[in-house]
Amino acid sequence: MSTNATALEHAHDDHAHHDHHQTFITKYIFSTDHKMISKQYLITGLIMGFIGIAMSILFRIQLAWPERSFTIFEIFLGKWAPDGVMDPSIYLSLVTIHGTIMVFFVLTAGLSGTFSNLLIPLQIGARDMASGFLNMVSYWLFFLSAVIMCSSLFVEAGPAAAGWTIYPPLSALPESISASGAGMTLWLVSMAIFIASSLLGSLNYVVTVINMRTKGMSMTRLPLTIWAFFVTAIIGVVSFPVLLSAALLLIMDRSFGTSFFLSDIYIGGEVLHNSGGSPVLFEHLFWFLGHPEVYIVLLPALGISSEVIATNSRKPIFGYRAMIASILAIAFLSTIVWGHHMFVSGMNPFLGSVFTFTTLLIAIPSAVKAFNYITTLWKGNLQMNPAMLFSIGLVSTFITGGLTGIILGDSTLDINVHDTYFVVAHFHLVMGISALYGLFAGVYHWFPKMFEGKMLNKNLGYVHFWVTAIGSYAVFFPMHFIGMAGLPRRYYSNTAFPYFDDLADVNMMITVAAIITAAVQLVFLYNFISSIFYGKKGPKNPWKSNTLEWTTELKHIHGNWVGEIPSVYRWPYDYSKLNEDETDYVIAGQDFVPQTVPLQENEEEMNH
Amino acid sequence: MTVFLVLIVIILFAVAIWQMNKIYALSKGNSKGDSGEVANGKDNRINAKLMVMFMVFLYFLMFYCFWHYSKFYLPEASSAHGGKYDNLMFISIALIMVVQIITQFLLHYFAYKYNGKKGQRALFYADNDKLEFIWTIIPVIVLAGLIIYGLFTWSDIMNFDEDEDALVVELYAQRFNWKARYAGEDNILGDANVRFIEGINQLGIDPSDVDGQDDVVTQELHLPVGRQVVFKLRSQDVLHSAYMPHFRAQMNVVPGMITQFSFTPTVTTEEIRKTDYMQEKMRTIQEIRKEKSKELVAAGEPALDDYDEFDYYLLCNKICGASHYNMQMKIIVESQEDYDNWIKTQQTFEASVAQ
Repeated sequence: MSTNATALEHAHDDHAHHDHHQTFITKYIFSTDHKMISKQYLITGLIMGFIGIAMSILFRIQLAWPERSFTIFEIFLGKWAPDGVMDPSIYLSLVTIHGTIMVFFVLTAGLSGTFSNLLIPLQIGARDMASGFLNMVSYWLFFLSAVIMCSSLFVEAGPAAAGWTIYPPLSALPESISASGAGMTLWLVSMAIFIASSLLGSLNYVVTVINMRTKGMSMTRLPLTIWAFFVTAIIGVVSFPVLLSAALLLIMDRSFGTSFFLSDIYIGGEVLHNSGGSPVLFEHLFWFLGHPEVYIVLLPALGISSEVIATNSRKPIFGYRAMIASILAIAFLSTIVWGHHMFVSGMNPFLGSVFTFTTLLIAIPSAVKAFNYITTLWKGNLQMNPAMLFSIGLVSTFITGGLTGIILGDSTLDINVHDTYFVVAHFHLVMGISALYGLFAGVYHWFPKMFEGKMLNKNLGYVHFWVTAIGSYAVFFPMHFIGMAGLPRRYYSNTAFPYFDDLADVNMMITVAAIITAAVQLVFLYNFISSIFYGKKGPKNPWKSNTLEWTTELKHIHGNWVGEIPSVYRWPYDYSKLNEDETDYVIAGQDFVPQTVPLQENEEEMNH
Repeated sequence: MTVFLVLIVIILFAVAIWQMNKIYALSKGNSKGDSGEVANGKDNRINAKLMVMFMVFLYFLMFYCFWHYSKFYLPEASSAHGGKYDNLMFISIALIMVVQIITQFLLHYFAYKYNGKKGQRALFYADNDKLEFIWTIIPVIVLAGLIIYGLFTWSDIMNFDEDEDALVVELYAQRFNWKARYAGEDNILGDANVRFIEGINQLGIDPSDVDGQDDVVTQELHLPVGRQVVFKLRSQDVLHSAYMPHFRAQMNVVPGMITQFSFTPTVTTEEIRKTDYMQEKMRTIQEIRKEKSKELVAAGEPALDDYDEFDYYLLCNKICGASHYNMQMKIIVESQEDYDNWIKTQQTFEASVAQ
């Protein structure tokens, strides 16, 4: 550690002893404490998650029983469901906002925002984030963008409906779809604010990890969670600004008559003046963020599952360095594969070849990660806590979903499954469900750290996991097959093609499974809320974990540790390590050695 | 159907309440144990067994899907390059299913076998360079094979050589329908731009361009079998995607630029209708439609249209507005003779303007 940082620590030490007089507002609302901010992120993310999932149920009902009348549509969609029949434009809006909310608001902010904030300071041994104030601003910008996104649902002409990828010209021209008016404007404003929030957060995470690690916490002693959050933040800093530029150019095309993405358009009976722009340019800009975004969503989930699987297997994570190398390789490759979303966009086929090559390369570090997880389970002493189950579930869906990526990443094969349900199945499994499992694993595992020792009910957790695990496979596995039948995604109804009539049963089955899976999330909701108030208090280190966060007191204090910040003497994965003559564990009778325990005599240090 | 849905919801709700009760009782019972909300030996045992059951479920689901749903796969490709596509697809699916079956087994089996027991000692096993090398190098080799095979096929499909007698057709997308423009006798498409759109000239063909005078605009896409077709794609409003699943062909249609794709149709409409695959498919669909029509008629609504003969279709596969789901065009693949006869009955651009 640099002297600079040590000095900082001392300053903080004094700080920690002060008794803060906090009002309700500074404690719960405009808090600069990373633990409170992480809870704010989590709860906002969960609320958005429930909105997003509810939307998916609405459009799933329409897909299973197309153009039928449902009271539930009348209740939730109002004028968009005349006589209870869903309107095609609101179907597109639901799909669009579902995607936006789940990808950005739940799995980016809700996942990475929550756990980066909670764990970075606690696991590296810091009093707080590098800038508590920026951290607070980051959350409130996120909150503002969430409010704007939700308010766009009530716009008269309807919320944005051009798909979450908002390709122009559809998203640029209100003449093409009324939702591209005020709804789209709000979408863009909301996302611009979201990007600002994400950048502030990411910069904070990067600076904190680099500068504020406690004594002895070298980069190779960091838990894999921190590595994942750290690298995720870097990808975010690299790619989110590009989305902002895309959004800005789109705003200019929409409002100021420029032609970045528009050219030669005849719509509503007249020719537009625009000339020279190209929608393909927008696709490049969008996917330059869009693809790294997949990993921004996924890496934190993988980091969480690494930590949870190691702890609950009572074994070191297998191939710690290979895991770090994989994270770095994935991060690097993720920024040069965006073109695989555009194989049939009309770009030069040579580019398609290049992107096929880089895309299939990314399968290698992903495969290494999957194998390492499996090996970590091998000969372990697995503690089947709900967090562990969700982590194992994550590995399962990560493999299933990842494998079909080999088909989609191959430019040739993409030709005929592009934009079909095959794609929907693929990305929901590999990033949607996997990242959600990571989120749940994190919540079950660190709930005691968030809520001062209170724990989530494990039996409700088991029900939650098993029904979700079965349900999500039942939803998404059959989807591959209707995709192979050539069924396009984003179709309001398949009835215009009698050829697809025999797929109707599968669609119904999928919807029923989706409703059950969504319903069981209410069990989680109940568990979450009731445990905040009535959860049983557990011990200080309930999962017998090595990492630093469990050395803090149950009661939250500003500055995390009473007195000095503990020093670190070893990597975080000394589980079931035996002493020299292999008669007992390093610490007799205890199968874990916290990072704060100095090396014993003759003990061999791992990984350095 | 609404009744059915309501019933499902009620049943689900009942099941949920019943389960909640049970769990509540369970959690009460458990609280006597020492472990609180941390998994104890019993939890480990039960969940380990559930892991095995889940694995069985997963294998069953995969098997069921392949057994019952693989009939949804598109029929054998009706284009010359489609065979290569199908081959590559088959190899890839076979490969990923092997990996899937092995890895899912290991994952769930280990989760079952090594469930936590009191006194059991986990193996401190942090690293093994040899193992890691093996499972890095195997994907590298396999993927290298796939990449090379894939790229050769890709370059065959996309960097096509235009045959001398290739048929040049423009696919023109407008919300929410397709039009085809044949290049006429000179086999050269006349210049076109949205700025020329006026009256009957819906595709914006440049009236002053000689090449465009013999162009033929049609609502259906007729293709002669065995002859290469070069598609030039043009959109007048937003992004569309011309997707012809039976020919393994897809290309986006981008306003402001002309994209292209080429294939050679190999199976005529008549021929594919006679295949066992299509006959079986039509039978199934007709039955489904008959059932549905009965329901509809009973509810006082008109019955569904007949669907007794398969036709190839071109559909839009890029979200383009409210009626995106119904933007299609019929494709007819026929002998050169039939095609010639058909194209003769169509009006040239010159003639249509003169009217």
